[in-house]
Amino acid sequence: MRVPVDWLREYVEVPTDARGADIAESLVRVGLEEEGLHGGDVTGPLVVGKVLTMEPEQQKNGKTINWCTVDVGDANGTGEPQGIVCGAHNFAPGDLVVVVLPGGVLPGGFEISARKTYGHVSAGMICAADELGFPDDGSGGIIRLAERLGRDDLTPGEDAIPLLGLDRETVEINVTPDRGYCFSIRGVAREYSASTGATFTDPAIALGDKAPRANDAGFEVRIEDAAPLRGQVGCSRYVARIVRGIDPTAPTPAWLAVRLTEAGMRSISLPVDVTNYVMLALGQPLHAFDLATLDGPIVVRRATEGEKLTTLDDVERTLFAEDLLITDQQRILAIAGVMGGENSEVSDATRDVLIESAHFDPVSVARTARRHKLPSEASRRFERGVDPLLAPAAAQLAVDLLVEYGGGTVDEGVTDVGTAYEPVSIALNPKDIGRIVGVEYADDRVREILTQIGCEVSPEFTVTPPSWRPDLTTWPDLAEEVARIDGYDKIPSIVPTPPGGRGLTTSQAARRLVGESLAAQGLFETWADPFIGDDAFEALGFASDDPRRQTVRIANPLSDEKPWFRTTVLPGLLEALRRNVARGSKDVAIFEQGLVVGGPAGTAKTYPVGTYPGPEAVAAIEQAVPAQPRMLGWALTGHADRAGWWGGGRAADWSDAIAVARAAAEALAVELVVTAGDRAPFHPGRCAQLALPDGTVIGHAGELHPKVIGRLGLPARTVAGELDLDALIAAAGSPQARILSNFPVVQSDIALIVPSQTPSADVERVLRSAAGDNLEAIQLFDVYDGDQVGEGRKSLAYRMTFRADRTLKTEEVNGFRDAAVAAAEQEFGATLRA
Amino acid sequence: MSGPNTNYDPVEVSALDPAQVDANVQAALDAIAAAGDLDQLKQVRTAHAGDKSPLALANREIGALPPTAKAEAGKRVGQARGRVGQALKERQAELEAERDERILIDEAVDVTMVPGRRPLGRRHPIEQMGRRIADIMVGMGWEVAEGPEVEAEWFSFDALNFDEDHPARQMADTFYIDPPEHGLVLRPHTSPVQARAMLERGAPLYVACLGRVFRTDELDATHMPAFHQVEGLAVDEGLTMAHLKGTLDRLASELFGDGIVTRLRPSYFPFTEPSAEMDLRCFVCRGTDPDCRACSGTGWIEWGGCGMVNHNVLRACNIDPERYTGFAFGMGVDRALMFRTGASDMREMIEGDVRFDAQFGMEI
Ligand SMILES: [Zn+2]
Repeated sequence: MRVPVDWLREYVEVPTDARGADIAESLVRVGLEEEGLHGGDVTGPLVVGKVLTMEPEQQKNGKTINWCTVDVGDANGTGEPQGIVCGAHNFAPGDLVVVVLPGGVLPGGFEISARKTYGHVSAGMICAADELGFPDDGSGGIIRLAERLGRDDLTPGEDAIPLLGLDRETVEINVTPDRGYCFSIRGVAREYSASTGATFTDPAIALGDKAPRANDAGFEVRIEDAAPLRGQVGCSRYVARIVRGIDPTAPTPAWLAVRLTEAGMRSISLPVDVTNYVMLALGQPLHAFDLATLDGPIVVRRATEGEKLTTLDDVERTLFAEDLLITDQQRILAIAGVMGGENSEVSDATRDVLIESAHFDPVSVARTARRHKLPSEASRRFERGVDPLLAPAAAQLAVDLLVEYGGGTVDEGVTDVGTAYEPVSIALNPKDIGRIVGVEYADDRVREILTQIGCEVSPEFTVTPPSWRPDLTTWPDLAEEVARIDGYDKIPSIVPTPPGGRGLTTSQAARRLVGESLAAQGLFETWADPFIGDDAFEALGFASDDPRRQTVRIANPLSDEKPWFRTTVLPGLLEALRRNVARGSKDVAIFEQGLVVGGPAGTAKTYPVGTYPGPEAVAAIEQAVPAQPRMLGWALTGHADRAGWWGGGRAADWSDAIAVARAAAEALAVELVVTAGDRAPFHPGRCAQLALPDGTVIGHAGELHPKVIGRLGLPARTVAGELDLDALIAAAGSPQARILSNFPVVQSDIALIVPSQTPSADVERVLRSAAGDNLEAIQLFDVYDGDQVGEGRKSLAYRMTFRADRTLKTEEVNGFRDAAVAAAEQEFGATLRA
Repeated sequence: MSGPNTNYDPVEVSALDPAQVDANVQAALDAIAAAGDLDQLKQVRTAHAGDKSPLALANREIGALPPTAKAEAGKRVGQARGRVGQALKERQAELEAERDERILIDEAVDVTMVPGRRPLGRRHPIEQMGRRIADIMVGMGWEVAEGPEVEAEWFSFDALNFDEDHPARQMADTFYIDPPEHGLVLRPHTSPVQARAMLERGAPLYVACLGRVFRTDELDATHMPAFHQVEGLAVDEGLTMAHLKGTLDRLASELFGDGIVTRLRPSYFPFTEPSAEMDLRCFVCRGTDPDCRACSGTGWIEWGGCGMVNHNVLRACNIDPERYTGFAFGMGVDRALMFRTGASDMREMIEGDVRFDAQFGMEI
């Protein structure tokens, strides 16, 4: 909402020295946020100048500049002509122009000083329209004052700021949805008064007093709403007035046009300008119909599905059954409160005008404006609630202006139909306000403020809000009014003392730990949005029945290519990996912890606001929300251990991918069971299945399938992994401490030849179990599959470390070792390598 | 330099002659002093203190002297050998110390070479920022709650007093799950977590809700379709806007520095009444620089929305508004990160470019 300051001054006594910024500050205090200040940012000396001489000078760069002398009267302190260089040519000696002298400031904080240019000292500037913040008027730049202002009585040296209206200021504010009345100068003036105590005169009061009562001679209007929305009739009041014999060529008075422009609207024609002016002044949207086009009584009714209307913006619209219409006996005239139709529009030929000043239901207007994607100045106001008592006063102002400036005469007939406005009243305990705000307000202060904003307050504190405040329905609403008018800055600052919490949950703490462990391993955390497309499933090689294709679809995705909510964090991670590589990073290791959809979605009912639907209903709603486990995903490419002055690097391989999973598990003291796996998007021979000790599979890691790498444009041998972090955390162990033995260790190395496909983890498990309790550690330290072990076989070398709570004898250790080897022979046909 | 004494002639000179002994001692001491390293000293030791050295020979000749001369000669030679032995010991220690020192000098390396076999990774700065906020709240005795991103419409809107016609419920603003009439959305704020917390735990309740939220904004420098929010909700007996202000002031000073306070301005939100916008005292200029870029010279930076929990919200979440009052506030984590770090383009925060993370440490 743009508020021209001089218009505001008409309704409220703004101190004469108050600038736009001061007014904005007062409005901010009561909750009208400042969006901007317009105008008023030019400071003098900006004066009328008369061009005396003008000598074109050809420059080396091909440009021609004019060396001018300009009479600026005494404004330059000397009375001598001012020498100015000017690049424009659309003026001549003798013209009256606008000159900014050194020290002047143009819009944008552009400060003018005398400067040397093109071999002259240019002491100021002859101003073009755009340099003063005006739109270019097409004349080619320099403003010629006599033509622009239509005056020849200007004196060189005269202050040009008021002449051009550059001293006029407009304050732009943001109006929150609960304060529809502030979409008018009247409403903003009231708020300014509430904020500063300045005297406010409600222009609607005198107009309302002046407006005649409805009579039988009025144009017939019938409200026939057969299908009210949410119990509210679509039109609660319809006032119609008629002005006849308007001069269709009568111009809009300049002051009115200027106000409209400053408020952000275009001047179109007198009748249209008048309706817009009244709307801006009072907040009541009006509509002007060409009376000659109307046939019989106006009927306000709901549309029939499929009816059509061409609106003023020249679009044919197919109407919905919920749309509220203004119709006559033949045609649809307008979509109520949203936009008029072309067929009844006032035109150059219009002589008789019917002014509609009505109150339409906010919900009805809002739904229609949204359905037709047709937000208008009118709908914006109706949606937020227009003062239901305002219609006669607004119509009166429109009639007065049309008569005065259009030369028309007003009809005696006055239409005013609808249902009477019934104010709500709120029983208020004034002490409750202090109890919720934290400031103690005396009862009298509460009464004073509520009265100031227009409420009626009974001696027992029954509060009746004013008609323009439909948002005030409960006592906390009144508490906000008291608090904001008294000032939010009076609210003290007190840190509350909660009963004491339990800190982070186990899961929250565990997730931090896992994240930090991975970061310590050199992985960087990334975020990706959760939207993916079918192409992601294809690229990852998911089979058509892969459960990870089962997810929810976004009904209104930003991109039709990415309508799904992810079921895996890998697509986003791999995309980020690719982006890093494309941007020149070669060694990249990243991870993400994020939610995915992991189960079916149901239907979640909704219930009216302010009602608790009961435990079963809430449980049913929770049930309908799909399961969303938190996944941990990671991806690595390039060197896991970097190359540098210390020597060569080591490329990240499948084992690094598994090491990440192990790091996460180790951080939580979970034993991770790693077995060979085969799952998209991994290389079938280099994929590890990650399971919990109870056998629950929680993820996979390894090298990506070469085809996946090709499809996604990733570097060869990129490795990755993903696991269900919630499941891992749920399995977090609480290991029991053992007594640590300080007796010496005995080591025994063995090399076993086994078939190539035998997983080393299986061999290790058998060795571990057969070697007995004194085996402290076992480590695979070498793998060999060359000629010496034979085709289809490999050698696995293990170092077994034994320790007991006594010194072990060599023979004993040999016995443990032999038992382990025997078990491996039995289980895998392993032979001891010589 | 030195070496075995080649001038020695046992025929011409008596080995036990005092002058000769002194000369031998002096020769030994000179050779010891001249030994430049441990190897040379070893040779000197052999020549002047070894079995075949003049002093050793002199010692051997004592036995041939008449008994009357033995004692004196023994004493003379003994003292001479003692002096030489002592000198050797001292020189040995000296040269060893020199050698040890030289080794350390020789072993010096260029410590300015930058190691980097496996550089440290990072947690994402947004996560660090959220964690910091969570820790401050936990420090005040609050708990941290989370919830699903695909969320029921009822939790996201109706329970929070957004009625069926509220503009935020339009598909132009909120992502709906297909089909929309099934009542599921991508949560547009973390407030459904508040509703869930009230329903699950009841009052008194002090929870901070952290998480990712979604709006149908195209990605640009200042908008993201998915971004991060933190909200606080307190429901207890006797809570007022003063407690809201106190909590915000504490959070502001912990996050942005001592003396950074908040300011409340009247506003409107469906889930609070009274409602307020909160501004943060500019932590760059503290309101002293009219040309400050962080606050555009206003001294204040917009921080988020807050207010006293609307009675309709308490009712929907089965809490008695006659007994309890509550306050709530919400702010963008990503925005807080931008304030704190001067990051100017939100896209960089979510593109996963590791160079963004690497600018920061592990604590923002
Ligand atoms: Zn600042």
